[in-house]
Amino acid sequence: MADDSTSAGERLRVENAFKIFGGDPEPAFKLIEQGETKDAIYKKTGLTIGVHDATFEVYAGEIFVIMGLSGSGKSTLVRLLNRLIEPTSGKIILEGQDITQLDTKGLVDIRRKYMSMVFQSFALMPHLSVLQNAAFGLEVMGVAEKKRNERAMDALKQVGLDHVAQSYPKALSGGMQQRVGLARGLAVDPDIMLMDEAFSALDPLIRTEMQDELLKLQEGSNRTVVFISHDLDEAMRIGDRIAIMESGRIVQIGAPEEIMRNPADDYVKAFFRGVDPTNVYKAGDIATTTQVTFPLHKAGLRAVRQRMNEFDREYAYVLRKDRSFVGVVSLAKIQETLEDETINSEDISPAFLEGIEAINQEATLQEILPQLYSYECPVPIVDSENKYIGTISRHLFLKTLSRETNIEEETTEEA
Amino acid sequence: MFDIFQHTIPLDNWIAVAVDWLVSNFRPQFQAIKMPVEVMLNSIDSLLLWLPEEVILLAFLIIGWKTAGWKIGLFSIISMAFIGFTGLWDETMTTLAMVISAVVVCVLIGVPLGILSSRSNRFEAFLRPVLDAMQTTPAFVYLVPVVMLFSIGTVAGVIATIIFSMPPIIRLTNLGIRQVHPELIEATYAFGATKRQVLWKVQIPLALTTIMAGLNQTIMLSLSMVVIASLIGAGGLGVPVFEGLNSLQVGLAGIGGLGIVLMAMVLDRITQAMGSKKEEE
Repeated sequence: MADDSTSAGERLRVENAFKIFGGDPEPAFKLIEQGETKDAIYKKTGLTIGVHDATFEVYAGEIFVIMGLSGSGKSTLVRLLNRLIEPTSGKIILEGQDITQLDTKGLVDIRRKYMSMVFQSFALMPHLSVLQNAAFGLEVMGVAEKKRNERAMDALKQVGLDHVAQSYPKALSGGMQQRVGLARGLAVDPDIMLMDEAFSALDPLIRTEMQDELLKLQEGSNRTVVFISHDLDEAMRIGDRIAIMESGRIVQIGAPEEIMRNPADDYVKAFFRGVDPTNVYKAGDIATTTQVTFPLHKAGLRAVRQRMNEFDREYAYVLRKDRSFVGVVSLAKIQETLEDETINSEDISPAFLEGIEAINQEATLQEILPQLYSYECPVPIVDSENKYIGTISRHLFLKTLSRETNIEEETTEEA
Repeated sequence: MFDIFQHTIPLDNWIAVAVDWLVSNFRPQFQAIKMPVEVMLNSIDSLLLWLPEEVILLAFLIIGWKTAGWKIGLFSIISMAFIGFTGLWDETMTTLAMVISAVVVCVLIGVPLGILSSRSNRFEAFLRPVLDAMQTTPAFVYLVPVVMLFSIGTVAGVIATIIFSMPPIIRLTNLGIRQVHPELIEATYAFGATKRQVLWKVQIPLALTTIMAGLNQTIMLSLSMVVIASLIGAGGLGVPVFEGLNSLQVGLAGIGGLGIVLMAMVLDRITQAMGSKKEEE
């Protein structure tokens, strides 16, 4: 742990970070060791635990969402990362360097070179034009005016606001103001952009638009975004990984589907009520391999029928040797085909159900609804190389929707 | 009955002793403080008196027009011309020189003090009663020590004026900086700004409207000291008022008073317009 080296792709590592507000933190640390809760510690000592033992890594190019209700410490945690709030203890390691050890000059340097921030209230300078606002980070860095205006203009173009460069912030709508905030954050070309509830003050339509904008900006970019949000839909939509915070602690970190499928505790579970899971889950996340599969080169009609009877299944999924998907047969269709004397019983292709196409595992559940509805058999799911991943039945789909049941059982890694 | 006040504190004696001690030990230092004020005052005064009246009137027209629109420009030139026609032009120029000198000193000292007190609650708490005292202590109380330390004359008058009119610019600089939204400060720090950059790039520009309001108040207060300053030998528009009072010449006092009022209105409109103009941008 004393080693400050970073693993490949890791950009920022937080180790055992604590923030205790309200004076000498020692009594709080003692009570923490005794296992006291945040509320009990506040009652006894008057000290507030903002962040409790946060440890996580953030990787290059990812959007890392820190999510929690208000008062959960997420805004404090993000401010520890650039030391707008001083951590009480712990390490913040940026590109191998523990920034908690830096003096003011070193810290200023780190903030200028590696970081930028976007704020919930936009925090644009009312006395500066849109262009000057976008160039603000560069101005602070001491970049010459001509150069910084060029770079700011580029950033404004990226967010589609170059046409209002000479306006003043108060002449713009909320969404446009936050685009300026975003441009200001992008203009300094940061390794890490911290976004503190950046879209929370915007109305829902604009918010979605901004989320898409951010995703677009992140495409192919090596920039890391640490995004604070209290909105699970937002977190699910934009987050590559999500950390969920409760009373200062990180209770769970993982990919959105992972957390949703397997919430660490009731607090996390509570978040997911009201979230539309069909937008979150991808087909590949819930597909199961409980159906019968059969290799194409051995697939005689009788052999397949025997196998299906053995496993008591209505349908069988025929795959090539490399497990790429070919088609689906049903017992009824096999029976029908066998009755036709003109057909060679060793050729299975006449028995394939018509109109059944495999769905890519990246499709959301929302997107496979038509197939679920119209296919008589469970919908076959494949990866981008057409390799069979599994199937999704209507039953499984409904089970996923009713999240009170333990979905995990249904989706154990059989593959 | 038991008289709790039968023993009194000889505070009056203590003050007298303290002032005597200051005068006998530090008079040279106080005379040195006086020097820059004296130089500035005399140069401005001579410049204003040397310039042809027409030039100054024109300057009022242009400044008023450029900062506050043609109405105020017109009002300024008419008011100043009117004062000239009452025969008090030279006194008016001396008063203007006194006001400018006092205000320059107030800004040079007051703005930094305001910045300092915006940064430290402790300093603000210490400064507040001092400012209260400066604003409310009747001028007559400190006129005597001022004379003892700085001698009589226009310079001493300016120093008394400075004491009285400095508080607003300190208070409003402090207020203006404290009113800057904390999130703007935070954002500035987040981009790697130093304390100095935060001050010059964000706090001062955003506090400017409020600071200008303080400047306006300081100018108004310094004009209200003109008559009192004439008690200790300062020149300017206070002199006809003071003389008129002494010799019961209502007319003389009247035109002196009117001159002060008109000048106050002109300076007020112009400086107010300067402040609100910043806000519109």
